[in-house]
Amino acid sequence: MGVRRRVGGFVLLVNPILCDGFGHCAELAPDLVHVDEWGYPIIVTEPVPLANLAALESARYAVRGCPRQALRIERVSDAH
Amino acid sequence: MIAPESLPRVLHRASGRPLTLAQHDEAFGPMPRTAPSLDLLEASGLTGRGGAAFPTARKARLIADQRGHTKFMVVNAMEGEPAAHKDRTLISTNPHLVLDGAQYLAGLIGARQVAVCVSRDDPIMVNHLQRAVHERDRHAARGVSFELHTPPWRYVAGEESALVHWLDDNESLPQYRPRRPHILRIGHAPVLVDNAETCAHVGLIARYGSDWFRRLGTSTSPGTALVSVSGAVARPTVLEVALGVPVRAIIERAGADPNPQALLMGGYGGAWLDARHLDVPYSEDALIPLGSSVGAGVIIVLPRSGCGIVETFRIARWMANESARQCGPCAFGLPAVAEDLARLAAGDAPGAGAAYDRLVDRCGAIEGRGACRHPDGVVRLVRSALRVFADHVEDHVRGRACAASRSNHHYSAVPTLEREEELIWE
Repeated sequence: MGVRRRVGGFVLLVNPILCDGFGHCAELAPDLVHVDEWGYPIIVTEPVPLANLAALESARYAVRGCPRQALRIERVSDAH
Repeated sequence: MIAPESLPRVLHRASGRPLTLAQHDEAFGPMPRTAPSLDLLEASGLTGRGGAAFPTARKARLIADQRGHTKFMVVNAMEGEPAAHKDRTLISTNPHLVLDGAQYLAGLIGARQVAVCVSRDDPIMVNHLQRAVHERDRHAARGVSFELHTPPWRYVAGEESALVHWLDDNESLPQYRPRRPHILRIGHAPVLVDNAETCAHVGLIARYGSDWFRRLGTSTSPGTALVSVSGAVARPTVLEVALGVPVRAIIERAGADPNPQALLMGGYGGAWLDARHLDVPYSEDALIPLGSSVGAGVIIVLPRSGCGIVETFRIARWMANESARQCGPCAFGLPAVAEDLARLAAGDAPGAGAAYDRLVDRCGAIEGRGACRHPDGVVRLVRSALRVFADHVEDHVRGRACAASRSNHHYSAVPTLEREEELIWE
């Protein structure tokens, strides 16, 4: 009860139209986000396992810290 | 009825004025009164002719399965590609065939309204369509109401999400679609967008059936397609060809240079095809392994005397300027790519080698990071240029720029940039 099983993974997604390249995400989640030469995020595309709590935590920080609210976390179930 | 093997199918009587409704009904026969059927469309195997070659039936089924009373059908006759003239030719010969197909598709998905979108910068097309739509209104028995919309002409304005955004909110900007397939909507109503040429084919399939349609073309890409051939040709033309014929036959029919250096296939977001592959069949499944595609049906012939890098640079610069500037990688990346290409084209500059390396890196960095496929198209073009003109690129990097790159004669008729100083954003 109240405990979600941590199966599957998540990806961090950016809406490129909203994104203005503030670069906060790259500082808050340095393992997931790199910045290109113009300051826009390049995000790791393969799903990160939900069990990786540190990565999930930093992704949440990035989502909250984005001044344009351009980021979101999407769950990917790879049960099969 | 047109004989199944005879070639002008959608470009019937391709001269003079557009056919009136009476002439049109006489030439093609009346539309069947039976209810539109998705299975017929599926059996025909028609794929979209706007560039992505997505199966039309699957797209229509996706919208037909959506709930809701109100749905819209949109005919995309924007023709953003400067090198493409097919929709223009089609509408100035057989506008009613396009409207027939649109009406059929509207019936299929349960739409009452059809929006026909054509660029306002082409008053002749607007005129032809206005006349055709007006003619339909007078013969009101046809059931579906047509509306003409005229967004401004921009390269990305013809992209389907930008077009729907225009109809919804008067902004010709592409939308963010994280999950595909994405249902585009006007308000809450689902929208089916199809290219004008696709609609014309649907108009014929509705009349003559799917077997008739499959009599030309290959089994995987059946039917015919319109091809706009330009570049080193006596006169730029639009031809209707059966899919699967050799590319050589198409450019011969267009009266092009028989021994070209390369062909730009698909449009400005397309890819160069080496002249060694001239005998490849003109169809998606044959061209994709070669890194090229049918795309929007554009072929630009580059003769031996031309410089592929300069042509690519001119196209890339124009495409950079046509970015909607919504996404950073496109707004900043494309001008950067164009600048690298300029360095490479100039050749004698000491930075040519560095520019080449940067170009490769930047192509990798830009790809897939825009809301629409505009940056991906440019990346595809640049990569194919670096591959097809590899020897030539080598010469430029070594500082031996070809004579062609210094001449002022170009083969791709890129529109002039209106505001060159705006190339770098703000």
